[in-house]
Amino acid sequence: MDIYGWIQLALFIGMLALLTKPVGLYLVRVLDPMGRTFLDTALKPLESTIYRLMGLDPKAEQDWKGYTISLILFSLAGLLFTYAILRLQHLLPLNPQGFGPMSPDLAFNTAVSFTTNTNWQSYGGESTLSYFSQMVGLTFHNFASAATGIAVAAALVRGIARQTAKTLGNFWVDLVRVNLYLLLPLCLIYAVFLVSQGAIQNFKAYDTASLVESYTVQEPVKDATGTPVKDQNGTQVTVEKKMETQTIAQGPLASQAAIKMLGTNGGGFMNANAAHPYENPTPLMNFIQILSIFLIPSALTWYLGRMVGNQRHGWVVWGAMAFLFLAGVLVCWWAEAAGNPHLTALGVDQLSGNMEGKEVRFGIFNSALFATVTTDASCGAVNAMHDSFTPLGGLIPLLNIQLGEVVFGGVGAGLYGMLIFVVLTVFLSGLMIGRTPEYLGKKIEAYDVKVSVLAVLILCIGILGFAAWGAVSAWGIAGLNNTGPHGLSEILYAYSSATGNNGSAFAGLNANTPWLNTTLALAMLIGRFFFIIPVMALAGNLAKKKLAPPHTGSFPVSGLTFLILLVGTVLIVGALTFLPALALGPIVEHFIMTGSGRLF
Amino acid sequence: MAVKAHVLFERNIIKQASLASFRKLHPRHMMKNPVMFVTEAGALVTTIGLFFRPAGEALGFGLQIALWLWFTVLFANFAEAMAEGRGKAQADTLRRTRTQTTANLTLASGAVESVTAESLRKGDVILVSAGEVIPADGDIIDGAATVDESAITGESAPVIREACGDRSAVTGGTRVLSDRIKVEVTANPGESFMDRMIGLVEGAQRQKTPNEIALTILLAALTIIFLVVVLTLKFFGLYSGISFSITVLTALLVCLIPTTIGGLLSAIGIAGIDRLVQKNVLAMSGRAVEAAGDVDVLLLDKTGTITLGNRQATEFIPAPGVSAPELADGAQLASLADETPEGRSIVILAKDFGIRGRSIAEMAQATFMAFSAQTRMSGVDIDGRKIRKGAPDAIRIFTGSDFPADVTKALENISRSGGTPLVVAENDRVLGVIHLKDIVKGGLKDRFERFRAMGIRTVMITGDNRLTAAAIAKEAGMDDFLAEARPEDKLALIRKEQATGHLVAMTGDGTNDAPALAQADVGVAMNTGTQAAKEAGNMVDLDSNPTKLIEIVEIGKQMLMTRGALTTFSIANDVAKYFAIIPALLIGLFPVIAPLNVMGLKSPESAILSAVIFNALIIVALIPLALRGVTFRPLSADVLLRRNLFIYGLGGLMAPFVGIKIIDLIINFLGMT
Repeated sequence: MDIYGWIQLALFIGMLALLTKPVGLYLVRVLDPMGRTFLDTALKPLESTIYRLMGLDPKAEQDWKGYTISLILFSLAGLLFTYAILRLQHLLPLNPQGFGPMSPDLAFNTAVSFTTNTNWQSYGGESTLSYFSQMVGLTFHNFASAATGIAVAAALVRGIARQTAKTLGNFWVDLVRVNLYLLLPLCLIYAVFLVSQGAIQNFKAYDTASLVESYTVQEPVKDATGTPVKDQNGTQVTVEKKMETQTIAQGPLASQAAIKMLGTNGGGFMNANAAHPYENPTPLMNFIQILSIFLIPSALTWYLGRMVGNQRHGWVVWGAMAFLFLAGVLVCWWAEAAGNPHLTALGVDQLSGNMEGKEVRFGIFNSALFATVTTDASCGAVNAMHDSFTPLGGLIPLLNIQLGEVVFGGVGAGLYGMLIFVVLTVFLSGLMIGRTPEYLGKKIEAYDVKVSVLAVLILCIGILGFAAWGAVSAWGIAGLNNTGPHGLSEILYAYSSATGNNGSAFAGLNANTPWLNTTLALAMLIGRFFFIIPVMALAGNLAKKKLAPPHTGSFPVSGLTFLILLVGTVLIVGALTFLPALALGPIVEHFIMTGSGRLF
Repeated sequence: MAVKAHVLFERNIIKQASLASFRKLHPRHMMKNPVMFVTEAGALVTTIGLFFRPAGEALGFGLQIALWLWFTVLFANFAEAMAEGRGKAQADTLRRTRTQTTANLTLASGAVESVTAESLRKGDVILVSAGEVIPADGDIIDGAATVDESAITGESAPVIREACGDRSAVTGGTRVLSDRIKVEVTANPGESFMDRMIGLVEGAQRQKTPNEIALTILLAALTIIFLVVVLTLKFFGLYSGISFSITVLTALLVCLIPTTIGGLLSAIGIAGIDRLVQKNVLAMSGRAVEAAGDVDVLLLDKTGTITLGNRQATEFIPAPGVSAPELADGAQLASLADETPEGRSIVILAKDFGIRGRSIAEMAQATFMAFSAQTRMSGVDIDGRKIRKGAPDAIRIFTGSDFPADVTKALENISRSGGTPLVVAENDRVLGVIHLKDIVKGGLKDRFERFRAMGIRTVMITGDNRLTAAAIAKEAGMDDFLAEARPEDKLALIRKEQATGHLVAMTGDGTNDAPALAQADVGVAMNTGTQAAKEAGNMVDLDSNPTKLIEIVEIGKQMLMTRGALTTFSIANDVAKYFAIIPALLIGLFPVIAPLNVMGLKSPESAILSAVIFNALIIVALIPLALRGVTFRPLSADVLLRRNLFIYGLGGLMAPFVGIKIIDLIINFLGMT
């Protein structure tokens, strides 16, 4: 844990804090259909044209059901659209490598993955997808699913702020405005910046470069049908192959990399994601990319404060998130910097920490920071392999996802997830002041509690249910590269990542099998939409309520006490739900690493 | 009803509650409480599991777990039965007053027929004479009588009940002491005031309150989450090569689900109503008690609640050239014949100036003039002195001249301060001014101050003019007042407050209070009030003490706080239980996990057993707290939250670490595993 890490961490959290208000202020205007922005002159005519083409009255608001149905229909249409593109990519343009169609289960998995803002990738981008599929099929969702998340957060905040109201805004208007005024302009600048740092943006076929130093690999022998040939002992027959050239993937990368971070999507253009030199060429770009994951989620807390007329509440939510973030990053950093004692004993240099699976350019701190941020948010982009982290270092990303990705979280999703915890916190501790629990002047009653715990329950069932199923099924175990506790961590991570709509992977799991593709896709759908529906129901119910004016007897939702309570609720609910499973995975692994001679 | 603040654990109640704990094991009863239902199912599963033990699991261990799980359920039932038992004891006291009575029913023809009380219906007219028990609730339509209501109120002094007006209601079970009254029956048998009271205190009609429902949902959801956790753990175990036994998994489940609050939840609710009954207040529903905790505006009538009933002389202000004792002497002489409370208070105040109390009898030569509404003066003629005391205009006419400037100024000051001035004159000379004042009850100001800290606003309702009202409200430390209030103004004020999101509590007794009592979120009717008022409100104060509204609010808050505190405590407990059970589960396969056993528990079996025993015993340990309620302190929400969070949150986190360790030491000492 060196001084450069500390400086960078301070810089990171400081810049995030500074950006929160200006971006939040801008969000207030974007999320108000009548709001004015400095882009109005350029974009207002376009906005009006879109509404006209859609036959939409931007002033007509929807109730929570209407809003939710629009959202689901839109997502469903997008899912089918992308599925069609992935299945038909060989017939579509911009396919210089001539990639064939995706298999049905992989296409389903991928379409669901991008629709749900998960960006779980069972495929390698540069070896599977045409430029058209990447740009149209996937990047479309990077924008649309991000905007959807922000729209849900906005609807929930409106529900909290309004009183005796039936409507929560118009989904289509939110969708259009978020894209038009926020995501597209920001990404345009962002992508140009990325190109300036060395990210590529082209439609070229892949380059082939001659290696300076050739090397040999053992290539498995396959028969005519493509099945690997085995000798009489059952081991793979291989032949030596001399490698003299290297294929260097090309493509319109910068434009996708921009939205993948800003929209907390995380789906890399390249398989190596942000560890790839084209996708993360410089330390500055690495820093900015990490920062851009948190940019909108952080600003949304300010939006919350402004909309409910209690800016301190917004900052307390921010503070709780910042606390959980710092705790996570410090543990992860510490664990990685400490390295593995057994490797040290074997004479491996561990002075710079556990460097297995990490890009040398980034080192320990930037890998730990990236891993923490990408799982705090539901981003899922990676610049190091989480699978190779130490048990405790890897526990942090896993736990972050399991807590519901509420530490800043996905764009929109982080805020609405955290607000579910806020409602539960208010209910659990609100009684202790001798009143019916009240959140910002609104009574938290049976219905609110019901839908809030339903959302938590969905996460729990999605993660634990699927992981338990996978852990005892042949199809689940077949995908594992490791046995023992680490294998359990891998499978637990996969379903946590899918249900939490994160998209990062403990890479040890080979997920591209029909069973895993399908169950992971189901987990993603459940984690996304069965979470959003209760959230919207909560928003609708809160909007209906009368607002009681605040007084000294009101439950305080700002200040240090509430911050502690909120952090405590997130940790206790998360810990109580996932501790037994984690105990059998990373926790046991940690004790094995520190207490015995076994390695995984 | 003569409710004594009985001791928490009466032997008789304990005996009955113990029996009831077993009766309540019936699944139909347990279904109402999802947490305890799952616990009972767990107890059943472990009991059955005794016969299908996996090899290597000792019978003793499984048996003890099963027993303690049954105890957990029984302890929770016991808590509920205790709370109900305390209510029942009070109901029995009530029921004893209801001896079989006959009624003299007046027929349409005018003839009177003797019938049983049970046959009376709404609208029947009955005659009740001295010495008879009133057979049913009703309104007096003719006559007046003194009634002994001690059966309900515990107050032995008889009260006067008369036809028409606000004192016309009579309650079944009370006894007429004198005179004869004609009563129109207002309640069918089984629906009377007394019947409802009995039903309520017994908890027979108990329905879950809105907040209780919300909490039950949360607890049920947590239970489902932990079911998922424990079920999936079985599979994760299989993956890892451990086959967790049903007994162990059930033990883990029961330890994790919020049994502490789940087991005590209904007891807290019943005890809340019970505490009100001990204050001689009957709530018509648990919902009303809960609403009392949420109230943030109190409407209090001035007379009787904030001020003592009458005005009193507090000050003598002499006119120029008159000494204070001289004024006091005159004032007392002029007031000797004034039998009103105001007049008496003047005589008493004069004693402070060294004037000895005199009586009319010892002054034979004097001619006294009593106070009358016509003259608006009282006085005495003695030794050629004509001394008068009275309203300023009356005295002005008596003296025949305008008052000196200083006196006029004193009159104005008194009026402005909300008081009533009286002028004393001797012949044509003005002696000075008497300041009559509403006396604010002691201790109210502090009380209202504490309410303000809790965010509760107090509003005084009075028929006085604005000036007087403002002065009294200020003196009593109230936030606001409604002057020259008519009943419809009261109703309008309540509606206005509610429209802006406030919850309003008020007291009332008259028929014209009924609409406002019905509109208020908490309407406390005085027992002396009319039947209409009692029907409209959702609580009745048997002592007819309007100040009690304050205590009602405190009890409501206390009930909610108790619920919140125990919920927090219950959930915080889980952390320690994990530290007991998780290492115990894993240590067989992964001995390296030993450092996780932070409590240093002896063996896996004793660790699990200790957690289960702690989980069961904590319910018993907290029964007194559930029944008594957490200590109420009027503090601001912020301070209150920090305080309770510290006690029940941090306490809940730490207590089981200590508790489980101690139990582990004991069971190992006793060799129970």
